[in-house]
Amino acid sequence: MVKIKNKSKVVVNNLSFYYGDTQALFDISMDIPQKQVTALIGPSGCGKSTFIRNINRMNDTIDGTRVEGEILLDGNNIYRKGMNIVELRKNIGMVFQKSNPFPKSIFDNVAYGPRIHGEKNKSRLAETVEKSLKGAALWDEVKDRLDQNAMGLSGGQQQRLCIARALAIEPEVLLMDEPASALDPRSTARIEDLIGLLSQDYTIVIVTHNMQQAARVSDFTAFFYEGELIETGPTDEMFTKPKKQKTEDYITGRFG
Amino acid sequence: MTNSKTETIIFWFMRSVTYSIVLIIAYIIFRIIYLGIPAVNWEFLTAMPRKSGAEGGILPAIVGTLCLMTGTIVVALPLGMAAAIYLSEYARQGKFTQVIRMAIITLAGVPSIVFGLFGLGLFVIFLNFGSSILSGCLTLACMILPIIIASSEEALRAVPLGIRQASLAMGATKWQTIRTNVLPYSFSGMLTGSILGVGRAAGETAPVLLTVAAFYLPKLPKSVFDQVMCLPYHLYILATQHPDADKIRPMQYGTALVLLTLVLGINLIAIIIRSKIRKKYKW
Repeated sequence: MVKIKNKSKVVVNNLSFYYGDTQALFDISMDIPQKQVTALIGPSGCGKSTFIRNINRMNDTIDGTRVEGEILLDGNNIYRKGMNIVELRKNIGMVFQKSNPFPKSIFDNVAYGPRIHGEKNKSRLAETVEKSLKGAALWDEVKDRLDQNAMGLSGGQQQRLCIARALAIEPEVLLMDEPASALDPRSTARIEDLIGLLSQDYTIVIVTHNMQQAARVSDFTAFFYEGELIETGPTDEMFTKPKKQKTEDYITGRFG
Repeated sequence: MTNSKTETIIFWFMRSVTYSIVLIIAYIIFRIIYLGIPAVNWEFLTAMPRKSGAEGGILPAIVGTLCLMTGTIVVALPLGMAAAIYLSEYARQGKFTQVIRMAIITLAGVPSIVFGLFGLGLFVIFLNFGSSILSGCLTLACMILPIIIASSEEALRAVPLGIRQASLAMGATKWQTIRTNVLPYSFSGMLTGSILGVGRAAGETAPVLLTVAAFYLPKLPKSVFDQVMCLPYHLYILATQHPDADKIRPMQYGTALVLLTLVLGINLIAIIIRSKIRKKYKW
């Protein structure tokens, strides 16, 4: 395994995951470096989305799932008994494939997280909303209509609003599950630029089926195939001289 | 016969079946309005009945039915919502929830007279509420619970999964998610279903007959432990139990018209609420 210069934010040890009797992930071990972008690539159904949803325990919401192994966040196993899932998800924000703003005002969307975690002070809320929208590069477009319904925004704006909403809880890790797959090229480019900026402050894990995107935005890449982690390493190395035949076949477009 | 000819015949057959439904309902409504209008006037709506309903008005029956409708929705809506939320949001989907759903569907098919007997046994006699508004409301609430649960579940399912996931992923608890991001968008659907259920309850005779309705009681109720008259039961009595049924025919049709207007009005309110809130939450 490639040595990572940065400190590891998330360490995955021997993780296996089951949907009922079907095993979806097989003995995954990898390090996710702090304040870098790690891309998860692989063909549809290879387990990359399942994997990312294990990092904030979103798979807990599905009946009949089972986990083996451990995921350490700053050295603490998030699957230990008595783990506070609310705290965990406060530290790990998530952006979904399909933008899913709440049918509320733009302001209420971004203020949602702080509010459910107990923030009532109006000026502090307004401050957080502005900071988060700026962080998601959306502030200039919406600052005059914060009270309007978020469903009126364009697809790309909605996705950036979802990023802002995730930033508002001040997470340390940001998980992105194919955040640009439903967007047009221009909006995609904006999201990619944004990921670059965000990686200065956040540890980012992004699932993508678009290899050019992985090459453009990520520092590290992990290649998944049929529930197994085939190869992981710095992105430029992986795309220029992959160590495994499977990886080379996939990134050169021979299958997938 | 050519294919296109068969097509035409089938098309016209289906079309005439569909149109005849409209014709039947139009005939019923027309007849009730035509024969009922002459009887309906201010006195009819606001006066006490006299001579066991042969003269005077039907105010106590209107008030009684309105009391029952209000009480029924107050009891049934929270219970139905709670059951629906548990079933679709909390309960682990499996054999057990299937059994519960089957039970609910079966409950919806139980004849109303059986609910009446159940209410008589449980609320009137065993719990000693007597023949009263309280017993009647509780009985009617049991009867429309399946309707409310089914429509509430449907309303909950209409809220996209992505919204729940976004909320959970931000560290909201399940209840916070339901309270802030599921209920607000589904409440109108729940309310609509409940109002339609209450509209059905308003026209029921058998359950109220056994648990609340008075044959002839020319005064207004003072508490939930009082008996009341109800429109459907009053109509039944006017039509079948009166010695001079033919002579008071206008009273019968007048009562039917008031009942029909009440139920259609209730349904109209439900439709208006639904379309209003649908406009507010779109995704």
